[in-house]
Amino acid sequence: MKKRIHGGTGYFLTEGVRSIFVHGFMSFAAVGVIVACLIIMGSFTLLTVNINDMIVSLGQSNEIAAFVDEELSDAQALSVGSSINALANVRDSVFVSREQALQDFIERFGEEDRKLLEGYENKNLFRHRYQITLMDISQIDDTISTLEQLRGVAGVRADMKIAQGLVAVRGVVRVISLALIVVLLLVSVFIISNTIKLATFDRKEEIAIMRMVGATKAFIRWPFVVQGVLIGLIGSAAAFFIQWFLYERLAGSITGTGASGIISIEILSFSELLMPVAAVFTAVGFFVGVGGSLLTIRKFLKV
Amino acid sequence: MVRLVDVYKAYDNGTKALKGVTMRIDDGEFVFLIGPSGSGKSTVIKLLTSEIRPTEGKVLVNGFNVNTIRVSEIPMLRRTLGVIFQDFRLIENKSVYENVAFAMRVVGASHRDIKLRVPYVLDLVGLSHKARRRPFELSGGEQQRVAVARALINNPRVIIADEPTGNLDPERSLEIMMLLERINALGTTVLTVSHEKELVNRFKKRVVTIDNGKIVGDRQGGYYNV
Repeated sequence: MKKRIHGGTGYFLTEGVRSIFVHGFMSFAAVGVIVACLIIMGSFTLLTVNINDMIVSLGQSNEIAAFVDEELSDAQALSVGSSINALANVRDSVFVSREQALQDFIERFGEEDRKLLEGYENKNLFRHRYQITLMDISQIDDTISTLEQLRGVAGVRADMKIAQGLVAVRGVVRVISLALIVVLLLVSVFIISNTIKLATFDRKEEIAIMRMVGATKAFIRWPFVVQGVLIGLIGSAAAFFIQWFLYERLAGSITGTGASGIISIEILSFSELLMPVAAVFTAVGFFVGVGGSLLTIRKFLKV
Repeated sequence: MVRLVDVYKAYDNGTKALKGVTMRIDDGEFVFLIGPSGSGKSTVIKLLTSEIRPTEGKVLVNGFNVNTIRVSEIPMLRRTLGVIFQDFRLIENKSVYENVAFAMRVVGASHRDIKLRVPYVLDLVGLSHKARRRPFELSGGEQQRVAVARALINNPRVIIADEPTGNLDPERSLEIMMLLERINALGTTVLTVSHEKELVNRFKKRVVTIDNGKIVGDRQGGYYNV
């Protein structure tokens, strides 16, 4: 008689699906828990991603000023730029001459107030400077220290309190996210594991018969793994669409309305995050399903 | 072929179930294993199906050494056996056909082989006309015949029947024993555990008697005196 090593995929799928419906309530609860866990995890992760994005854009829009030593000649002052641009965290630097700096300063005042500055044109107190934008403002302190040590740089001025505040918030959110992800993943595995346990109890007799007639452990295990994976994937699909809906609703109400009116909040569009979110949710659903089912069935299959 | 050589089995709770059992069953034999409750019959069955390993001694079943068998090889050993239980152990939500086909499916038989073999075996046990019925729609005797069909379906070398008539009336018991005798006549080795004196004596087969973990009798011709 011709024998194949593995049973039919159709059988595993049928049994896995059947088991989901036989334990409908528990399966529903498991899917619900996965949805809740993924949405909480997803929300925190998306919050982190958005804060990250804000930090990057704030870093790009806010400049720090590196003042050139007054003892340097104009030519020497211009050559400092290459040292600044060579720094790893510097995105861009623009040289502003002392004359241009004074001009910029004067232009900030209104017509009336400019009269106060009359006579200062010939007594320029400004220095040559470089307006610098950074790649990563979370490294601003290190970059400032490095800039201050550069030959020809007399001082550095940075006013990036908002960005630095966001960096701190991002750190906190990251820690909370990580802790939540670990806890919620464990909860999800536990719930799936219990659902599979119910299924194995229900099919205890069947498993005993399978073992007695010579089924391999893999054959016995597969329907339960399929069940776990299906629950995980259904949960992740549902969570994905709910997350998408919630995100769009929230983004629509937040974008452009800075809490204090000082900064404008730009939330990333979900379409930019669609693929990574879908991939992560699918992977989490899949592995939680596999993990939860294997955890239970392993105990059951001791010969 | 089945061989037990000076087998001892002590359980973790200290119970000494077997104390030096030696027994040989050749291919094509029909053997009754009899003995009172707690005599060690079930332990012998568990050793043959590799559910447990002997504490001492050697157990050989169809070319497999139970002492040293790897866990991954146990399913292969069991595929050479067909096991029948007193309580039938059928899957309630599957039809007669599915119960029998299931045993083929789990060992990886093709759909085509299943379609060819299952009707043949159901015919052999006289249940072709009840293939679509569920176990609860059958009598005890019919349920046990389904269990026999399931045991036979993978063409095992040895059938192990653990009190197969324990839940049946005398008439159905006789039917099942006659069915096992017929299967034996077709070349399959049969080892039957039984308590039923009249039934055992009626078939005039080899009878191995076990008591208190030891073989106390091994006679041809239906001898029963425990």
